[in-house]
Amino acid sequence: MQGIAIDRLAKRFGGTTVLRGISLEVAAGEFLALVGPSGCGKSTLLRSIAGIEHADSGTIRIGGQDVTGLRPSQRDVAMVFQSYALYPHLTVEENIAVPLAMRRLSAMQRLPLIGGWMPGPATARDSITHDVRQAANALGLGNLLSRRPGQLSGGQRQRVALARAIVRRPAAFLMDEPLSNLDASLRVQTRREIVAIHRAAGVATVYVTHDQSEALTMADRVAVMQAGEILQVAPPAEIYADPQDLRVATFIGSPRINTLPAEADAEGVLRVAGQAVGLRVAGSGAMTLAIRPEDLQPAGTGIPARMETVEFLGESLLVHLRHATTGTPLVLRLAPEDRETLPPQGELSLRFPVDRALVFGADGKRAAVRSMAPEAVLVG
Amino acid sequence: MSASLAFPARRRTTGEALAGWMLTAPAALAYALMLLLPTLATIALAFTDYELGADGLAWIGLDNFAELLRDRGFAIALRNTILYVALVAPLSVLGGLALALLIETGTRGRAFFRAVFFLPVVSLPVAMAAAWQYLLHPTIGPLNAALRGIGIEGPAWLSSSDTVLLSLAAIGVWENIGFNLVLFLAGLTAIPRELYAAAEVDGATSGWERFRLVTWPLLGPTTLFVVTITMTRAVRVFDSVAVLTQGGPNKASEVLLYAMYEEGFTYFRLGYSAAITLVFLAIVLALVWLQTKVLEKRVHYA
Repeated sequence: MQGIAIDRLAKRFGGTTVLRGISLEVAAGEFLALVGPSGCGKSTLLRSIAGIEHADSGTIRIGGQDVTGLRPSQRDVAMVFQSYALYPHLTVEENIAVPLAMRRLSAMQRLPLIGGWMPGPATARDSITHDVRQAANALGLGNLLSRRPGQLSGGQRQRVALARAIVRRPAAFLMDEPLSNLDASLRVQTRREIVAIHRAAGVATVYVTHDQSEALTMADRVAVMQAGEILQVAPPAEIYADPQDLRVATFIGSPRINTLPAEADAEGVLRVAGQAVGLRVAGSGAMTLAIRPEDLQPAGTGIPARMETVEFLGESLLVHLRHATTGTPLVLRLAPEDRETLPPQGELSLRFPVDRALVFGADGKRAAVRSMAPEAVLVG
Repeated sequence: MSASLAFPARRRTTGEALAGWMLTAPAALAYALMLLLPTLATIALAFTDYELGADGLAWIGLDNFAELLRDRGFAIALRNTILYVALVAPLSVLGGLALALLIETGTRGRAFFRAVFFLPVVSLPVAMAAAWQYLLHPTIGPLNAALRGIGIEGPAWLSSSDTVLLSLAAIGVWENIGFNLVLFLAGLTAIPRELYAAAEVDGATSGWERFRLVTWPLLGPTTLFVVTITMTRAVRVFDSVAVLTQGGPNKASEVLLYAMYEEGFTYFRLGYSAAITLVFLAIVLALVWLQTKVLEKRVHYA
């Protein structure tokens, strides 16, 4: 397989395990977002793929070649760093040219002044200039070539870092939170540009971010990482609608998914605070019932809740409530025009479509909903 | 209406100005008394024939400077100072950089090595000079004893006119290298780690290539500062000369500040001594001006 294949990669820093046997495949031309809270090991995984960190065990293959023991420069990858890592003393043109000069010119030819007189570099130099201009033009940097990074805005520096990555046509792009230093509006715009660059180059891309909205909007597949493990790898829609782990369900989605402690009896009938909610699950014991805010709706009967505040977001309303008996906080997303359906204050009941309910076992893994009640919504 | 509004505003301005003057007064006074007045006095003295204890002084214009041009002792002092700077500055700058790189790459003992090399900077130069006198002594000194051990008869380091300036320069390097090392270490820690990672990914495989691509350019501002400060420290060489050689033998280790000291405090020719001081001051100012103006453009990237 071309692209990137990681097999049981493990890494420890002193006494802490950062990567716990990670296995992951990124197809050629695929855009994979690696998302997780800070400290989950996603950056370490990316740096291991780049060869900047070395894993304790496991293998990494890039473009079909085992690169586990190779240095970064031998791996045919390009990386975009969070801080951009541009060389401050070089112009934009020279910055973009560095990866080419390091590979196409000999050490003697790279020397300042006398380098130009060394035999044979003229054609190599011409090809470098040509490729650099092409990459720069692709990113709209054509008129900034002679500037230094210090004279550029954050967004422009970001483009230079991207140009330096694409100029060499590597087998894989690695991006470490490349948008986190940009302001909000520029971030949304640059998202689309990075996706366009990826499509044009057609190489395997691993994109590390802690921002789930970046991961969901940009990636072909999303890998959710936590505590050194990959919990689930799936396309964005599937990660959102069909999480296999409670930690994935709570990490993805904003506002956070509602979680209600529940109990399944010997027949698998699920109860929240003693109240049957119309679900029958495989297994018994302590469970967690998770429902997205947009899947909850006010109703005449159902889960009793106490309303606390209503937030108006423009395109929607967020209603903050608490479960009437357990006090568990709940969030409900409504269309603004549905405000009328809310009681002026106080008590109300909530329902949800049974096919949208996610049930997780005590171990945090998804529990199969074995059979459903006849009605498609909760019966009180 | 508008006048009555302007009036209190103006009063506040004068009050603020007064407060500003009062607050800066201690520093301004100290600056004037300790720096400005002595400098102006020296400049004035340089154009007189004043000698300590003389009844009066006469304005002699540029006569002191004309005498400097004819003075063979001054020419030797100037030549020796330039030679000393030319030896001490490059060696202690490059040595400091090399040691800083070694300590930075090493995994253990950073604090230990930093302290060891910094010791000469905080030690008393006069006391250290006595130690050097013993180390470099032609007959009982450990250096020549070691040389004899491998069959070489070492020279009289501090009392031969062939080697005295070299020996003083070696002591100068020893005194300066630790200071430069600490400055370079500070400069090295300010270089972002991600740049080295980027250089690795970009294909800078050897340590030398990463040094050329990242370390050396990013140390530019540090290097400029170290070069300037080392050169001015080297031009100021005095302690080791005064304690070890008194400019001898036969003026072979005569340097600018020692010549100035001799004229002023041995022969009491304060006017002539002030003229030498002005030459010294001009050299130092020229160095600082050259370094900042000429090199500044090429080492600051912000």
